[in-house]
Amino acid sequence: MEATEQAPLDVEAIRADFPILEREVADGRDLVYLDNAATSQTPDQVVDAIADYYRRYNSNVHRGLHELSQEASVAYEDAHDKLAEFVGGEDREEMVFTKNTTEAENLVAFAWGLNELGPGDEVVLTQMEHHASLVTWQQVAEKTGAEVKYIPITDEGYLDMDAAAEMITEDTQLVNVVHVSNTLGTVNPVGDLADIAHDHDAFIFVDGAQAAPTRPVDVQEIDADFYAFSGHKMLGPTGIGCLYGKRHLLEAMEPYLYGGMMIKKVTYEDSTWNDLPWKFEAGTPVIAQGVALAEAVDYIEDVGMEAIQAHEEELTEYAYDRLTETGDVDVYGPPGDDRGAVVSFNVDGIHAHDLSSILNDYGVAIRAGDHCTQPLHDTLGVAASARASFYLYNTREEVDALVDAVDEARDIFA
Amino acid sequence: MSMGSDMYRQQILDHYRNPRNQGELPEPTFSHEGYNPSCGDELEFDVELRDDGETIERVAFRGEGCAISQASASMLSEKLPGMTLDEVDELDRDDVLDMLGVEVTPMRIKCAVLSEKVVQDGAEIYAGEADEVDQTTTED
Ligand SMILES: Cc1ncc(COP(=O)(O)O)c(C=O)c1O
Repeated sequence: MEATEQAPLDVEAIRADFPILEREVADGRDLVYLDNAATSQTPDQVVDAIADYYRRYNSNVHRGLHELSQEASVAYEDAHDKLAEFVGGEDREEMVFTKNTTEAENLVAFAWGLNELGPGDEVVLTQMEHHASLVTWQQVAEKTGAEVKYIPITDEGYLDMDAAAEMITEDTQLVNVVHVSNTLGTVNPVGDLADIAHDHDAFIFVDGAQAAPTRPVDVQEIDADFYAFSGHKMLGPTGIGCLYGKRHLLEAMEPYLYGGMMIKKVTYEDSTWNDLPWKFEAGTPVIAQGVALAEAVDYIEDVGMEAIQAHEEELTEYAYDRLTETGDVDVYGPPGDDRGAVVSFNVDGIHAHDLSSILNDYGVAIRAGDHCTQPLHDTLGVAASARASFYLYNTREEVDALVDAVDEARDIFA
Repeated sequence: MSMGSDMYRQQILDHYRNPRNQGELPEPTFSHEGYNPSCGDELEFDVELRDDGETIERVAFRGEGCAISQASASMLSEKLPGMTLDEVDELDRDDVLDMLGVEVTPMRIKCAVLSEKVVQDGAEIYAGEADEVDQTTTED
């Protein structure tokens, strides 16, 4: 397929690194993969990094025992530096590897929330939070007696910042906000929210699952206290997520999981904790995944994050315009020229699941459902939506394939 | 054409667009509702039994959701009158798929069988054979 004119990316060359995109599905149709907000595809370079780890230096990471372990340890530790740097953190001590974004949320909920929150305290979320944070803080509130509040969204799908300014008060201990909404595509003003939170001595946790893969992120510029994202959404493997945390906060926090590796000295009576970030990585950690994720960061940086963002914005706007051409499609969230690379929509008279079943027949892979934002779908007044989401290897032709397949669905349901 | 679009045969679409027995019964013997979290499908069935206490006289349903779940409910509502609760109890997934007359992809089986599960659970609760639950879900 040809690269788009406006896009500075060499999409053709990029696609060559992703053999899965050559795959056929649905009895011989070209795969059109538009479910990137759920999970991105993995380039050969990253697959090779995993294979190379297992072929050459697979071992546990206890430094200095033997040569393989030495190599694995260095690679694993360096991966922390790379990921810290990727989002603007200072060094490895501020970068904890977890299983995914969800576990990063839970880490802070367990290590900080359950220990520090109590009746009278408030945690402020947004109406567009993913279940990863929403369910987690709901549970912390239930267990501690704290209260959860939700910053409402406007009709256009932006956060109501006036309401935010009123809802965040002296009682607020934590603000948890999604950086880019995985349903609405809204890019939230996380820096402004951080300022409001800090004015009231509250912490801010930014859910960067959709933002870190798609735009330059600088946690220091945002002044985020915590920032979480998932490897599998940014060309990396499954099984690894990242939690950036300000050093002094991570230092003050209790561990989340206990066991080997996270300790310094253990007696029958008591134990002391290892240095950051290892204090939060109990047991044998995600070594292969960490090394591979560092490779994914290299890949992204080689292509250039600004170029990736520009490419996605162009595709997203094009998809928004094409989908809304006919007037029988509701797209949720901000206008096409002001959103992240997701477009959630419903076609009049066609349930999202029926639509996605039919699209699948044309090789087009999208997500249909509530995208782990059930309360938000309630707010939107729909049970489900279809969602197309784009990444660096997608093309305008693929957007056209999506729109054509939607047309076919219209014909079937007409 | 592969399986998915094959699901949307005329018969399915017809029942989806013009659901039979949609609405409420004035005096149902029992009612029960169900939910399919994977598609967000919702169905509520009213069932009226004959004086023998075991044969279905009439049913009505209301619901919202994907074409497969709603067509399945509509078709089941035509099939149920005249059946005994024991016969309803014996219905299984294959009966529902036969009734639909299309090949349902694995991801959509839950949509297809929701109607059957709702009526079966309602009947069991009515007969005192199952504990009262507010709502049947396809995840059980
Ligand atoms: C905004 C957002 N937050 C959190 C998550 C959870 O990510 P994971 O499933 O990798 O934990 C996702 C993705 O599903 C997401 O889009």
